[in-house]
Amino acid sequence: MSSVLHNLVMFWQALPAGWQLTLRSLAGIVAIMLPLILAVAYLTLAERRIIGFMQVRIGPNRVGPWGLFQPFADVLKLMLKEVILPTNANRFLFLTAPIISIATAFAAWAVVPFSKGVILSDANAGLLYILALSSFGVYGVILSGWASNSKYAFLGAMRSAAQMVSYEIAMGFALVGVLLASQSLNINQIVLSQGGNIGHWYIWPLLPLFVIYLVSGVAETNRAPFDVAEGESEIVAGFHVEYSGTAFAAFFLAEYANMILISALATTLFCGGWFSPLQGWAWLAGTPLGFLTHTSFIWFAIKTCFFLYCFLWFRATFPRYRYDQIMRLGWKVFIPITVVWLMLEGLAIVIKLPPWFA
Amino acid sequence: MAATIVFIVLAAVLIGAALGVITSRNPVHSALFLVLAFVTSAGLWLLLEAEFLALILVLVYVGAVMVLFLFVVMMLDINTATLRQGFVRYAPLGVVVAVIVLLEIGYVVWTQKLGVTFGTPVPHAATFSNTRELGNLIYTTYVYPFEIAAVILLVGIVAAISLTLRRRAGTRTQDPAKQVRVSAKRGRIRIVKMPTQGGQAE
Repeated sequence: MSSVLHNLVMFWQALPAGWQLTLRSLAGIVAIMLPLILAVAYLTLAERRIIGFMQVRIGPNRVGPWGLFQPFADVLKLMLKEVILPTNANRFLFLTAPIISIATAFAAWAVVPFSKGVILSDANAGLLYILALSSFGVYGVILSGWASNSKYAFLGAMRSAAQMVSYEIAMGFALVGVLLASQSLNINQIVLSQGGNIGHWYIWPLLPLFVIYLVSGVAETNRAPFDVAEGESEIVAGFHVEYSGTAFAAFFLAEYANMILISALATTLFCGGWFSPLQGWAWLAGTPLGFLTHTSFIWFAIKTCFFLYCFLWFRATFPRYRYDQIMRLGWKVFIPITVVWLMLEGLAIVIKLPPWFA
Repeated sequence: MAATIVFIVLAAVLIGAALGVITSRNPVHSALFLVLAFVTSAGLWLLLEAEFLALILVLVYVGAVMVLFLFVVMMLDINTATLRQGFVRYAPLGVVVAVIVLLEIGYVVWTQKLGVTFGTPVPHAATFSNTRELGNLIYTTYVYPFEIAAVILLVGIVAAISLTLRRRAGTRTQDPAKQVRVSAKRGRIRIVKMPTQGGQAE
């Protein structure tokens, strides 16, 4: 046994450095992707169960104990369905669109820090990278709508293109606030600069920007109450009406992966990432509860789950926005607020307002 | 070595995409080829350690400008046949413009008048922040050109809006503030007591 291990280690060391880097990155990608896909599967179940309870009904509870195998049943069903190509659809773009959606949703995870030092790529401009990728995700929606050769899909694509472009500006401005406060585009650095205690989290000095970020995130992922792109009462299912089987599953996967990404980013950028909310409580250190103050992946996961719960909560609570109201909220409310708050923040940085900007 | 291969692949894709922009018959395909060209040139800039510019190129041009471009191209019912009619008439002018642009590029690169030098660039340390360097330059050395460019862009925005914003008579708009301020109790609904007809309704 140990000789096999030894041989493996020898083999690893004999590899050129470029190969080692490639293999290590591939392993990292797999280590992120698999749990992420599993998380997406269970997020769909959680959504149905939680909204079920909010609406005083039961939700799926038949497949496996408490319905725990429901996601697998859904995946199996979707995989076995035929992918139907509409007549006169642009075949290449029709099949590329879901791939673009899912690729951008997953690729952004490369720069998300899960715990102290646990990050696939500690990129210098990580925040910009995430913004660039999320802006690229619009293409999945637009191309699917156009390539489907269907009026409903096209209307959905146009709506969501306008909506996503509008809310990206507000979201970008909110992130500029984080960038100003931490003086870094490196996401790991942003988390580290929120260390100390819960008062150092950027959610406090940037509270309006945080709210704007979260609401823009809901709009960016086309979730209720901003889901006019797939408003089923008006345009059937919007941009993905013509999709079936695995291609539809890809859009579904991308939407939920994006939800988790937005929640994870809200955690890392505004709520101290993997830092414990009890960090800095010195009197806990000696007691058996001392472990609560340690930084850990668990804290990151708990905070992310909280924001995911908010996503589901919004969906169960709010009626859908009218389209002109969405545009008004984005352009006439959010963008002016972010601009004003950025100026105030600049002032706070100049006068070195403690404890955040000292 | 690896960087050279990446460069050659990206450059080949870039040239192919640029050819696709001008040769494809469908305007939507042209726009998509342009997106591909932007993304590959962003890749080339990444190779030059200009990560800020590369990501901003994707963010602004791919994420915003080209989306709106596609938006318009997809919405318009463009008749490509009428667009192609003037090709022979405008071709000489196009050739002249292309030759001038080529000559200008050649002048800048070969005479090395504008500080363009050849040779392998020296790689920076891992902690080098392209963004910070760029910010320092823009807000110190080049602050006036930068501000002037910003004002010109602002004038462009204001001009575009003021050219298209027309108030027509008889349009109806909503005032969301008024809608929010509505109170159900002040005359919006009236609760009337009705005598029941007795007995349980069926």
